Amino acid sequence: MLKVVIEEERCKGCALCVDACPAHLIALGSRFNCHGAIPAIIAECDQARCTSCAMCARMCPDAAISIYRELKALQDADSRQ
Amino acid sequence: MVARKVFARPVSLKDVATHFCPGCQHGVVHRLVAETLDHFNAAGRTIGVASVGCSVFLYDYFDINVVEAPHGRAPAVATGVKRVHKNSLVFTYQGDGDLAAIGTSEIIHAANRGEGLTVIFVNNTTYGMTGGQMAPTTLPGQRTTTSSAGRNTASDGHPIRMAELLATLDGTAYSARVAVDSPGHVLEAGKAIRRAFGYQVEGRGFAFVEVLTTCPTNWGMDPVAANRRIAAEVIPFFPLGTFVDRSGDER
Repeated sequence: MLKVVIEEERCKGCALCVDACPAHLIALGSRFNCHGAIPAIIAECDQARCTSCAMCARMCPDAAISIYRELKALQDADSRQ
Repeated sequence: MVARKVFARPVSLKDVATHFCPGCQHGVVHRLVAETLDHFNAAGRTIGVASVGCSVFLYDYFDINVVEAPHGRAPAVATGVKRVHKNSLVFTYQGDGDLAAIGTSEIIHAANRGEGLTVIFVNNTTYGMTGGQMAPTTLPGQRTTTSSAGRNTASDGHPIRMAELLATLDGTAYSARVAVDSPGHVLEAGKAIRRAFGYQVEGRGFAFVEVLTTCPTNWGMDPVAANRRIAAEVIPFFPLGTFVDRSGDER
């Protein structure tokens, strides 16, 4: 399941999300996007380690990151309250 | 596996790319304002007043009505808009070159009259759009294109702390300074902006939020280094906090 979805054509490669991720799952990629920026990427195998904390998305100046959370995790959190 | 979207672009923010430089935190402040408009479900009755500077393209990025004001005059224009459209949410979005230099008179008198406005003041300690000149908020010793040896307080004066200055006026209902240099600070900034708009919704008077942001291009730093400068150099000079918060109950 994809928890972090980075819109690569919207990304300007500022790396504030790379700096913000507490699990160090995000890195700058190796190819240019259509604006000439090197967008941030997250490897598919690292999506499982993501906790959907959304720190990367909160720091993103271009609102290029969407965060998803497993419904089961959300239900567990609700039932604990 | 079923997933739910827990963080996405607010609907009050148009789905377009901004002209801002990589790492420019105008984008974060734009998003926080748009999240607040979503929260109050108020995009349809909100009128923004844009200033002059990098923040000028408000109308391209927000899905709301926007008036463009002459340099520094956004609080004066917003006064007129709010007095005519009493039920609209009216806010100005101004940089430090606009609000703290050419627009000092307008902001002080709008606050002193207690106009029912929300003012978002984006302080990046320099003139961004015109090429990084020294602003009234430039830190002592900071190099800019017009203070190449660093700001000399003996000849250039000291930086102005606008949030504290406006807090001394009886017309100001809310004045706070926040930063967006860490996820925690971004959350606090969002709360302050929501509070400032909430004061307007409740008719409590003038609300002001100063947001410390970076200008990586004109600071000559990469975005991550510029972001770290906020905690290292800018917050020690411009402390975060709420300087006045007059709730309606006290009156």
